[in-house]
Amino acid sequence: MIRLEKRPQPSKAWTVATPILAVILTMIFGGIMFGLIGTSPVEAIRTIFWDPLFHPQFSGFSRPQLLVKAGPLILIAIGLSIGFRAGIWNIGAEGQYIMGAICGAGAGLALYPMESALILPLMVVAGALGGWAWAMIPALLKVKFGTNEILVSLMLVYVAENILASVSSGLLRNPEGMGFPGSRNLSQWSSSQNLELIPNTGMHLGVLAAFIAVILAYVLLTRHIQGYNIRLTGEAPRAAKFSGVSPARTVLFCLGLAGVLAGMAGLFEVTGPAGQISIDFGSGYGFTAIIVAFLGRLHPVGILLAGLLMALTYIGGELAQLMLGVPGASIQLFQGMLLFFLLGVDVLTNYRVRFGAAEVA
Amino acid sequence: MDLSAINPVLLVASIMISATPILLAAIGEMVVEKSGVLNLGVEGMMITGAVIGFIVAINTGAPLLGFATAAIAGAVLSLAFGVLTQIFLSNQVATGLGLTLVGLGLSSLLGKPYEGQKTVTLPKLDIPILSDLPVVGRMLFSHDIMVYLSLGIVVAVWAFLKHTRAGLILRAVGESHESAHALGYKVIRVRMLAIMFGGACAGLGGAYLSLVRVPQWTEGMTAGAGWIALAIVVFASWRAGRVLVGAYLFGGITVLQLNLQAAGLTWGVQYLSMSPYLITILVLVFISSNRSRSSHDAPANLGQTFHATR
Repeated sequence: MIRLEKRPQPSKAWTVATPILAVILTMIFGGIMFGLIGTSPVEAIRTIFWDPLFHPQFSGFSRPQLLVKAGPLILIAIGLSIGFRAGIWNIGAEGQYIMGAICGAGAGLALYPMESALILPLMVVAGALGGWAWAMIPALLKVKFGTNEILVSLMLVYVAENILASVSSGLLRNPEGMGFPGSRNLSQWSSSQNLELIPNTGMHLGVLAAFIAVILAYVLLTRHIQGYNIRLTGEAPRAAKFSGVSPARTVLFCLGLAGVLAGMAGLFEVTGPAGQISIDFGSGYGFTAIIVAFLGRLHPVGILLAGLLMALTYIGGELAQLMLGVPGASIQLFQGMLLFFLLGVDVLTNYRVRFGAAEVA
Repeated sequence: MDLSAINPVLLVASIMISATPILLAAIGEMVVEKSGVLNLGVEGMMITGAVIGFIVAINTGAPLLGFATAAIAGAVLSLAFGVLTQIFLSNQVATGLGLTLVGLGLSSLLGKPYEGQKTVTLPKLDIPILSDLPVVGRMLFSHDIMVYLSLGIVVAVWAFLKHTRAGLILRAVGESHESAHALGYKVIRVRMLAIMFGGACAGLGGAYLSLVRVPQWTEGMTAGAGWIALAIVVFASWRAGRVLVGAYLFGGITVLQLNLQAAGLTWGVQYLSMSPYLITILVLVFISSNRSRSSHDAPANLGQTFHATR
């Protein structure tokens, strides 16, 4: 007879070990999946996890991509994790990411073709505000009416996608684009471009912002009263209320912060790697960031590592598509499996597994 | 714009068609939530049902077999959620989200070779006398069997929850799992069965999308229908009859905006396409603003992990 016994405190060792265990399990079952669709499991796993970094021919191109992909994932996941810690489930980061990009790009394009060093900072602020405003909708509705933030933030993703489709063929369309949908290329306009800070590393401003966010989130959660209040709200809502933490302010803070970071991630993406506002700008970073946040145990340093790992599966997935003809969707499934295994083995962190019959007290 | 192009008889008939997938998913999820479990993976189970149903129907030529397999696929996928949340005691919100991501990935992997293909769809039933009635006959009595099955499921769920002992136990488990456990009811087993019922219903709903409503397979074709089903359960304050009203209202909005687009409304097609989502938000606000009522309606143990210590 196997029983689970609740630990008085979550196990420190398992907190670190479970993500690693989940990755190993995903590799095993992912390998089986690749075997089933007719690809050599060992080769597929090697192509996804090893070749992007060490392949003599491809790694020169794919290594910088690691930071390019990890940047937005980490930035968004940091914002989400703070809300998740307080039990506030913002799952509409994709919408906030899109709206940040639209607002930031719009603010910049309004000034085109002016040249000024102030334009990019202005766009960053506009992007952050765009994401913030979009996140404030579920936040205010939750505070004012008690509306479920999960459903509202998610519905707003679909609304944002429609707005994206509308502006890329209307308001923000490139007037010199010969009628094709899509905005001017922001990465080619010297005032708005978000270039690599160090050549051939993939390190652009957005990645820098992600690293700063990791440090600030760490300080917030471990050294600041607001971070303590957030953790208290998540772990003991009633205790938080009695000690004078306002639930409404926590909701506004957490959703607002997530919106700001997601909006900034969108802006850095549209001025750098993506280059323009177009219909297919939304790339699912906002959803993958949810996996990143959990894989990183909602801890800033963990999220940093998880973001890099998830970026690796993206790049490795593209490489596997190219070299082995693996369908792109299998990578999505692979990432979903990773989250599933993580949630499953997480039981070891909070519970002790006991074998044998229950003792009589 | 030419509003006379909209035929009221066809409008009502197409509302019933477009409401059916959401109705099926929502009524299943309502049973799950009544047992105290919040499964946010409806979207993932729906889209898996859609792709499995489509693949089976296209390979066998039997749409009903497609529906049956889709229900099984939805139930199997929900079983993964059940094992994780009920046995491994994982967080229900996170696991539900994971289920959606897995379902989306799995479906686009399986469905890739079938994109753009056509399948046989369900025949419209020809009910003697009723189908021949003027106006009403074409409006209400010339649908395929799944439309009536979905209505039958709603009635069955209502009767089950209200008038059977098993339904009472399921509600007890959702209201207070500790008390139900103390009375000797198998909390985990009841919840597992409810979760699988919800999965099967979501699978059927998804298959209705790919086999009747569209009828084609395209990646990501559910486009948030599963999430709207979740919203409808809240809207319905966990009552079967109101789930029906909610799903049909929502179907009405979807069809109306499509009809307006077809009738040549030129300004902002995108603004019409986003209207169902905006209206869902408005409805949620309206329902939850009446806070004293909605907090009483939700099952008391909704979303809480049960771990028997004794």
